[in-house]
Amino acid sequence: MDKHSPPTPTDVDEHDAGRAKPRHPLQKLYAAFESPGRRRALHLTILAILIVTPWISSQYTTVILTNALLYVVLCLGLNVVVGYAGLLDLGYAAFFAVGAYTVGILTQQFGVNFWAAIPFALMAAALAGVIIGGPTLRLRSDYLAIVTLGFGEIVRFTARNLEITGGASGLSHIPEPSLFGWHIDSSIDFYYVFVVLAVLAYIASQRLFDSRLGRAWLYVRHDEDAAEAMGINRVATKLAAYVTGAIFGAIGGIFFSVNLGAISPESFSFQQSVLILLAVVLGGMGKIPGVILGAFIVVLGPELLRDFGTLRLLIFAVLLLLIMLFRPSGIWPEKRS
Amino acid sequence: MTWYDSFLQQLVDGLVLGSFYALVALGYTMVFGVIKLLNFAHGDLYMTGAFAGFGGLSLVSGFLGAGWLGIFVAMLLAMLAVGCLGVVIERVAYHPMLGAPRLSILITALAVSLVLQNAALALTGGQYTAFSTDLGFGGISLGNLFLSYNQIVLVAAAAVLMIALELFVSKTLYGRAMRAVSIDKDMCRMMGINVSAVIAVTFFIGSGLAAAAGTMAGAYYGSIWYFMGFLIGLKAFTAAVIGGIGSITGAMLGGLILGLLESFGTHIPFIGSEWKDVFTFSILILVLVFKPTGLLGKSEVERM
Amino acid sequence: MLLQLKQVSLSFAGNTVLHEVDFGVAAGRIHSLIGPNGAGKTSMFNVITGFYRPQQGDITLDGERIVKCKPHAVTRLGIARTFQNVRLFREMSVLENVMAGQHCRSKAGALAAILRLPSQRAEERRILETSLECLDFVGLMGHQDRLATNLAYGHQRRVEIARALATEPKLLLLDEPAAGLNSGEKQALIELIRRIRDERGVAVLLIEHDMSLVMNVSERISVLDHGSLITEGDPHSVQNDPKVIEAYLGQDDEELAL
Repeated sequence: MDKHSPPTPTDVDEHDAGRAKPRHPLQKLYAAFESPGRRRALHLTILAILIVTPWISSQYTTVILTNALLYVVLCLGLNVVVGYAGLLDLGYAAFFAVGAYTVGILTQQFGVNFWAAIPFALMAAALAGVIIGGPTLRLRSDYLAIVTLGFGEIVRFTARNLEITGGASGLSHIPEPSLFGWHIDSSIDFYYVFVVLAVLAYIASQRLFDSRLGRAWLYVRHDEDAAEAMGINRVATKLAAYVTGAIFGAIGGIFFSVNLGAISPESFSFQQSVLILLAVVLGGMGKIPGVILGAFIVVLGPELLRDFGTLRLLIFAVLLLLIMLFRPSGIWPEKRS
Repeated sequence: MTWYDSFLQQLVDGLVLGSFYALVALGYTMVFGVIKLLNFAHGDLYMTGAFAGFGGLSLVSGFLGAGWLGIFVAMLLAMLAVGCLGVVIERVAYHPMLGAPRLSILITALAVSLVLQNAALALTGGQYTAFSTDLGFGGISLGNLFLSYNQIVLVAAAAVLMIALELFVSKTLYGRAMRAVSIDKDMCRMMGINVSAVIAVTFFIGSGLAAAAGTMAGAYYGSIWYFMGFLIGLKAFTAAVIGGIGSITGAMLGGLILGLLESFGTHIPFIGSEWKDVFTFSILILVLVFKPTGLLGKSEVERM
Repeated sequence: MLLQLKQVSLSFAGNTVLHEVDFGVAAGRIHSLIGPNGAGKTSMFNVITGFYRPQQGDITLDGERIVKCKPHAVTRLGIARTFQNVRLFREMSVLENVMAGQHCRSKAGALAAILRLPSQRAEERRILETSLECLDFVGLMGHQDRLATNLAYGHQRRVEIARALATEPKLLLLDEPAAGLNSGEKQALIELIRRIRDERGVAVLLIEHDMSLVMNVSERISVLDHGSLITEGDPHSVQNDPKVIEAYLGQDDEELAL
């Protein structure tokens, strides 16, 4: 008998034992929007704020917010890999780079229309995801972390050494796109493009999370053997997460390149990957609203900490360490009690 | 130069490079052996060691000079300081995470790495610091082959450290305890081995070796900066994996192999030095995919 | 035979765990696998379900070779299992746990989920309905929204069975389903096992140490000792087989009281 775990005494009859009153202020806020009607009202309010903001704030603020929305897309993508599937990807910026460079090269050097270049960029990212993920997702999780890190560096070095990618100085004069006669060029135009992207990324994350595949990621993360015994192919499931994340990253990169009009290898460094990971961990891995909050914090935080100079990054690093030691589930409260 | 001379020259370069890789790889492999943790911060301990050695040298150069003796004493001071730092890191950051999901432990290790790196960035402002020494540029010429005294001393010092470690692990009580802990921690606890102490000693030695490599690299190349640990951390990990992670002899072997591969690899036509790092990381990925146990590593229990 | 093992041998680092085992389970039958601790029963489950690969021998399900299949493929072909130590997804709800079983009977991918295609929505509905039906079948309707880890141990075991049933198996492997249950729960388990066979037509193979339960529920019993099958038959004949009594000598009282 001794080899069996003893019956857990936590069961308290019929009524759920764990429904304590929400205490955390964010949790209260969250609880207040539990009903679908109120949830919709909240969504519409946030959307209205996003639409109005550029008209009542400076151009500088608009540019910063555009960057924050780009991070929302990237972080929601990495959240699929790290938060849902539990895979540590330290080279996420590589997919961001693949998206940006594919579009940059096709539009600037081959004169391909921006919208026509997008499918190629997405395919390139998915292909890169399969090539790097396929063989390595069978490995121990820490090996995966190192392989992804190495992959990220390979992509950056390659971009720096090739002629077609413009070498160390990168590509410039990437043409701005237009859509049905609307020439997307001002910072406000791009702000709205990123609002749309962030909203789409949010909806896609939410729907993935509520789907068969989203559940499979959680099963595999919680117990690989039990998941396999339920007929879930763990390698294929992880690969799906990895490639999904790659595509989110590429979408971010595609619009990043046309927004700036210029890209260079240093935009896709290891630090970039770490910053995206920091946002995901900070907000709370796997928790969509938390990850969005995290994205805003890592972009707006440095603006607020501008006076601290190089100490800024140290503050972030210490913050990441403290979060892991004291609140590994991130600042966003648990939904389930 | 004939091809033979250039072959010898690259052999020497590869051995010097390989010595650094091997010293740093040892720390990875030892820590991985006892707590199965990929210590992302290890490369940054090497960087910290370089700065500690720099500090140590400015402390002792007044009465010992900045020649071999001064550098040697500075290196010992750096090893001591960084060894202690390694133990503190284990206690503060890794110990509380025992039993946490693997993902959390990995991110914690990454966070420690970032803290060290950015602390150095904040202190130095991201500038290169000149590591000035009184080491000359003298050496021995053998035909067209030139061996600087620095290279000879460096390779010799690395060899002495590695032999000392090998003797420590195979002959002393603590060394045996270390090997036992890497096989079965619970059993060690039952046999009365102080597992926490063994882990602390492992971190001390691993970090100390990284500091030794850092000081030597600083003295050899003449400048140090906050980001110097990143690339060598990755490469030393590659070396540890090539040799078989968890195996001490493997780490030494892997370090030398990687040093030689880089030295020769960059002279293959069409690869060139700008592709050196891509070449190294490709090796890492290929080894992990096709032979994850490396040359001397033991395979984990086979399943499925 | 629904499941057939032929000359299956398994060893770890030179230690023989299973030795040339020939074994079969007929469709629609309740079959027990018994034997002293360390006889290789759970290893045999792991071999059947693809978690271990035997060094030699052949395994077929409905005539199809499954010996080289990965665990998920074996489940898809129709063998579901529970684990000796309950292995639920502890931090997920009871319903989500059971829905895991339906994964291999559905197919929507990422794109279908993001676009909420009609086929994907219909599939999600079907997954939900089937899972609730399985939960109802094991008598846990009403518990679906609780975290698995908050359930009583006996209920957790039932969730595990519901999860296995949700894979729509032909054969269900239960690894010590009665361990840790009280006598009332054991009685209910016997009924549940019978209903699984009678109402769903699923064959059941169980490993169990509780001999009164085994004798009560099984139609056929196989006895494993030191990795070899020593006898097989109906409960009465196995109970009186001298080889079985010999194999169990030295075991604790509960198991000696055949």
